Amino acid sequence: MKYMLLIYNNAATLQALSEDERNAIFSEVDAIMKELTESGELVGGEALADASNTKTVRVRDGVPAITDGPFVEAKEQLAGYLMVECETPERATEIAARWPDARHWAMEVRPLMVPSGTEM
Amino acid sequence: MRTDARVEDLLRRLAPQVLGIVVRRYRRFDACEDAVQEALLAAAVQWTERGLPENPRGWLITVASRRITDELRSEDARRRREDTAAAQVPFDESVAPAPGDEQVPEKDDTLTLLFLCCHSALSPASQIALTLRAVGGLTTAQIARAFLVPEATMAQRISRAKQRIQATGIQFRMPPEPERTDGLRVVLHVLYLIFNEGYTATSGPDLQRTELTSEAIRLTREVRRLLPDDGEVAGLLALMLLTDARRPARTNPDGTLVPLAEQDRGKWVKDRITEGIALITDALARAPLGPYQVQAAIAAVHAEAARPQDTDWPQIVALYEVLERLAPNPMVTLNHAVAVAMARGPEAGLELLGTLEADDRMAGHHRLDAVRAHLLEMAGDLAAARSGYRTAARHTTSLPEQRYLEARAARLA
Repeated sequence: MKYMLLIYNNAATLQALSEDERNAIFSEVDAIMKELTESGELVGGEALADASNTKTVRVRDGVPAITDGPFVEAKEQLAGYLMVECETPERATEIAARWPDARHWAMEVRPLMVPSGTEM
Repeated sequence: MRTDARVEDLLRRLAPQVLGIVVRRYRRFDACEDAVQEALLAAAVQWTERGLPENPRGWLITVASRRITDELRSEDARRRREDTAAAQVPFDESVAPAPGDEQVPEKDDTLTLLFLCCHSALSPASQIALTLRAVGGLTTAQIARAFLVPEATMAQRISRAKQRIQATGIQFRMPPEPERTDGLRVVLHVLYLIFNEGYTATSGPDLQRTELTSEAIRLTREVRRLLPDDGEVAGLLALMLLTDARRPARTNPDGTLVPLAEQDRGKWVKDRITEGIALITDALARAPLGPYQVQAAIAAVHAEAARPQDTDWPQIVALYEVLERLAPNPMVTLNHAVAVAMARGPEAGLELLGTLEADDRMAGHHRLDAVRAHLLEMAGDLAAARSGYRTAARHTTSLPEQRYLEARAARLA
């Protein structure tokens, strides 16, 4: 089963951390990524640029309107994602729990839809 | 360049034989598997361009042996450079045999290889990947495409599986009893998982995935050739054939799912049904009963009904009762409840379904909601049925099932 692990954080709080604290977070992330690559569970993942770079696009009556800033205004924003394929849902939440952002903010674990199915 | 289909078939057939011979000679499974894979890739190109060599198997063994001796020699040299004090033990096997020096093996190693690839020390994902590569002769790229993951991810799973085999010291040999019985159970389960991965694929971009179905059937036929008296091997093959027979009828051209009761039975593949029924009839008559045989028998009863209303539901109920005894499992109970509803009415089915409400394994499972909605619809409680289909549609992670469940709900609106 594939899961998207959505990483939420608060850019302002992240900036307020000391350099050592930030470096510790980066090396934790590196270690987890290495482990997931070696186990064959990592399917993909990307970090997103700061939410201030976001443009939100809406089309109303066929007319696109583009505004600066995220769709949902919140202190915590989506900062990146990780895609994994795990044997169990428990394993996916276990990975999320080890991601440093889970300690300060939160991770969301969402199963992906699959293009296959069984007739009933 | 596209590989000739005839070349590809031949390579898939030869892959496990060649790997077996090379592993017997050089023992190092991980290095041998890589070498054989490289030989297969080279053959796919050269044989397609220049035609088949006189002795295709000998050619593959020679090329794979050269690669592996090169690999072992360079490892040997590296070790010597690193440790000059190391004893100068000549690597007496580091000599590739001359072409034509290949003996036709007395024994077929396919089964031994399957036991190795499906060893219980490996995760199911690794068992599947390694089986398809080492026994099925598929490339990592093909396996990755079929399982919808990047090639790097699949390559990592395969190399990790091989490392694990090396690290745990799993031997390339036929396991003795009772491990052999347990091992065969895992092998059959892995083959069934491969089959289902292909069978449940529904639409155009998934054509790669449907090849998994034929590959699973091909490998199960191989196992049956080697273990002709095993009832469960025959049962699994029959189950695959009888299930696969419905494939042309189970989806509409747009990929939407067609339930069994609404399938155009004229589209069912007759050859598959005939072969499946013959297999299961024979197995039931002479082998000890097992879960695959019972599931195949259920599929056979469906296949024998010319129209849905001709289905012998009491017989299917009886078979599910046997299956619940042999292999109790909430998914079996779900299907059993449907059969009971068809044989004795929806209330009886709902009553049986009630026994699953307290089962943690089924809590929030879309299948439970979907079956309950179906039985409620049969019972005429349309409002409850609609809400059940909607709940099931929200819980499923399958796009085609979600589409089907939404459509069922909409039909009742």
